[in-house]
Amino acid sequence: MPRPGLTRKLLLGVLATAFVAASGKSFYDHRHLREPVVLGPGVTRVAKLSEYNPTIAGTANDANLYVLEGREPGGTIFVFGGTHAEEPAGRLAAWLLVEHATVERGRLIVALSANRSASTVTRPSAAYPATYTIPTAWGGQTFRMGDRWTNPLDQWPDPEVFIHHPSGQYLAYVDIRNLNRAFPGRPNGTLTERTTFAFMELIRREQVDVAIDLHEAELQYPVINTIVTHQKGQELATMISMTLTDLEGFNIGTEFSPLNLHGLTHREIGDHSQAVSLLFEAPEPFLDATRGRTNADVLLSGRDEFVVQAGKKGLLFAPIDEKGWPIATRVGRHTSSVAQTLETWTEFNADRGVLAKNIPRYADLVKHGVGHFLLDPGQAPAGRLAYE
Amino acid sequence: MITLQSIITLAYYALTAAAAALLIFNFVKAKSWEREVLYLIVLVPFLLRVFHLK
Repeated sequence: MPRPGLTRKLLLGVLATAFVAASGKSFYDHRHLREPVVLGPGVTRVAKLSEYNPTIAGTANDANLYVLEGREPGGTIFVFGGTHAEEPAGRLAAWLLVEHATVERGRLIVALSANRSASTVTRPSAAYPATYTIPTAWGGQTFRMGDRWTNPLDQWPDPEVFIHHPSGQYLAYVDIRNLNRAFPGRPNGTLTERTTFAFMELIRREQVDVAIDLHEAELQYPVINTIVTHQKGQELATMISMTLTDLEGFNIGTEFSPLNLHGLTHREIGDHSQAVSLLFEAPEPFLDATRGRTNADVLLSGRDEFVVQAGKKGLLFAPIDEKGWPIATRVGRHTSSVAQTLETWTEFNADRGVLAKNIPRYADLVKHGVGHFLLDPGQAPAGRLAYE
Repeated sequence: MITLQSIITLAYYALTAAAAALLIFNFVKAKSWEREVLYLIVLVPFLLRVFHLK
């Protein structure tokens, strides 16, 4: 005779196991989703970030580095998206560079997932979608939605206060996992610091001339629709901003990196290497605290009636209407800004020029959408596929 | 600091596993179905941590 309640316990146990298995599978699938990247005609090799700091080999942050080399010698420009993995326009703009750009002179190095670990987790209690899909003619490509901070599975615990190295500046505790607060890093620090150290080594060893960090921001944040530049890049950024505003059909400003705000790429890369550091910000209404429903549609369409209401009350630093800020507009701002940086840098520095073609521009993105430019991995030639 | 972080992380996972074992023990010993459901609901996040899923 079975004990009273044993059948009930078995049933409840099976239910709980099924619940753990289902939820665990969803977390596992998100963390391990393989995002295919078709290596465009301009990619000459794919390197790993751990080549610049072996301590990150085998970790979630051993990012791919896509190298696009021209036939003529010149300078080197490094473009990276995914510093903050919940800002998809930066990753997608870098994606389009890898799949389409061809370099004629100099060299372009591109990282799509600067903080890859952060792309394997979403924000606790924020109801972020785990993934989003960009529709394409061949069906659609699904990407991981991420978070601002390194996954706690990869770096934990956080201290009560984050003391930035080497400045000693006190920052918010959680920013010990924020890639854009942990530059220039150190070789044996936290995973985030080891990652930023690897990027700094890449920039120093490869003699990068300009480092471009691609971001998005909520409209309630004053640093938006702008280029943030280290003081070494003031003339360059100003000329890029003026040219883009004049020729491309969108406004973009220029702001200077505060001298005493440490850990950010636009400050530390410029201070600790020979490179000029720039950071581009596009608007992402999904990140606004006043947003309503939080889903992949809002992420991609950039439409939210509550953010529009906030704008009508003068609470925003960027305009918004019922049309929102679609992902194509945001990605187009970044690709055009990168393309213009190459052109302006080359005008200013003939001996270190970097010239590329076939970079989709703002007007192309607005007209055709992002999906039009994503290449079908099923049609990729042998050996021309990588995974993020 | 990194060594200390590693020690805390290991201790955290050991504590999590111990808490999960205790919850399973309590579930087995519980007499009422309300208690059993309670222990299982509380157990779920502990298991997700132990298995390094969340």
